[in-house]
Amino acid sequence: MAGEALSRPDGRAGNQIRPLVCTRSLLSRADGSAQWSQENTTVLAAVYGPKSVTGKKENPEYASLEVIWKPKSGLSGKFEKEAELIVKRSLESIILAALYPNLGISIILQVINDDGSLLACAMNAACAALVDAGIPLSGLIAAVSCGVTVNNEVVLDLLKSEEQKNVAHVCLVFPSQPVSVVLELPSNVDEKPEKQGFITCVMRGAMDVDQYLTCVDQGRAASAEIAKFLRKSLGQSQVWALLSFLL
Amino acid sequence: MEVEAFKRLYPLPFYERYLDSSVRPDGRPLGRARPTSVSLGAVSTADGSALVKIGNTTMLAGVKLEVMVPSQETPDQGSITVDFQMPPICSPLVRPGRPVEAASVISEQLSNVLTSSELVNLSELCIAPGKAAWMAYLDVYCLDADGSLLDTALLASVAALAHLQLPAVSVSEEGRVYPVSSSTSGDVSMEGAETSIKVKGNSISPRRRLKLGAAPFALTCMVHKKHLLADPCAEEETLLQCSITITMNQMGRLVSFYKPGGAVPATTAIVKECISLARRRAREVQQILKEALEDHIESPSLMQTD
Repeated sequence: MAGEALSRPDGRAGNQIRPLVCTRSLLSRADGSAQWSQENTTVLAAVYGPKSVTGKKENPEYASLEVIWKPKSGLSGKFEKEAELIVKRSLESIILAALYPNLGISIILQVINDDGSLLACAMNAACAALVDAGIPLSGLIAAVSCGVTVNNEVVLDLLKSEEQKNVAHVCLVFPSQPVSVVLELPSNVDEKPEKQGFITCVMRGAMDVDQYLTCVDQGRAASAEIAKFLRKSLGQSQVWALLSFLL
Repeated sequence: MEVEAFKRLYPLPFYERYLDSSVRPDGRPLGRARPTSVSLGAVSTADGSALVKIGNTTMLAGVKLEVMVPSQETPDQGSITVDFQMPPICSPLVRPGRPVEAASVISEQLSNVLTSSELVNLSELCIAPGKAAWMAYLDVYCLDADGSLLDTALLASVAALAHLQLPAVSVSEEGRVYPVSSSTSGDVSMEGAETSIKVKGNSISPRRRLKLGAAPFALTCMVHKKHLLADPCAEEETLLQCSITITMNQMGRLVSFYKPGGAVPATTAIVKECISLARRRAREVQQILKEALEDHIESPSLMQTD
């Protein structure tokens, strides 16, 4: 809608997300790494593990997951602690941790720049880094932020200035199940793509219930696009890796 | 004895048996919250305080006021600092020394909910624009952590802020703030609808209650397979893993929807059911809080502080 396009600082339509860039294997020491950018919001993620852990972290049934969130500058505070927990809990739902009992997986998230939708960007970076590290996953996740403006419009992928100005915004994480080629696999019949639930939801500011449900619907549609991009980008670099191996 | 052994060895199947017959081991139906009580003025040294119990979970909240010079950007606003503490007394999982992860997460959530809900209009905390304003320290202590911590902490905070009274003070021209003795402040508040009256060049703001916006109330639900459990205790929280915390204000507006991961994705059906549970709970808690406030005002002897 033309009216919505004018209301956003960078001229995007309400349901338009920023261009995505995903680069993997940037760090040599990490087992997997990825940098995820949504225009000016950039997060670098590194994955170490599965590696041995000691003490309380060691679990005889599951690999323990540790998430470390490093802010752009300064020391970690409560916000970082909360973000660590949210990322950790969200990723736990896709990592097949039972395959590595007594071991640990560390994910380090370094914020490079924050121009809104930081949590969503970090979540996507972490997911790409996990794939890069070859950690077995049950599926991918795709995170997106969604907000309600003062004019009661629902907008996707907010800028920092929009986050501060808007009534409320919410970060949603949706699962993206693998496309199965095996027919016998139980397909999630009751979870059609258009009715898929979210794994994580974090909200700032107050909104009406109807607005919230609209946000979830819009976020779901956008997350499908993000997941599609992630899959494509992961597939592409696989081809490159294979080519460089052959040459 | 055999039941006890079954519970210890297979805690999850033990719970699921209960859930399948739509009841919980403590006898509650799935959607019902535990008995809730609010008592105001529990800390006599604080300017406003409340002790809240939801089941066994107990939280003590206190508000302490201090005078500060407002910042340049917001000369007519005071400020609120929220702190949530989980001392070792509250749970076996907490050890002295490093604060637990849960405490900083709840603290962050609590201040987020309080700002999102616009419960306190910060201009209410102004004494003299540009010169003096109230700085309110809201401290919430967890005395017994038995699940649904955010719900209880939020209710305690709201109750403490509702109980808060801003003391009568006089402000000189230079912005110095002096306390006014209770007798004179009584006269002033009797006299006029005006909030500040000039006496000998000093403006006096009378003792008053803080005007609050629509109060937010939270409800935590656990999602397990197809079941939805409202207001879980600590045992249920550790066992069932996947939680959703919904905060709604008394106008039915959604203040926060917090779901930090978990095995079960929240489908639209679950979201709607949670919201209707939270809405019902908000009404229930609002009634409890209202009764507590009315009881408190009816017995004015308790109101005499300082």
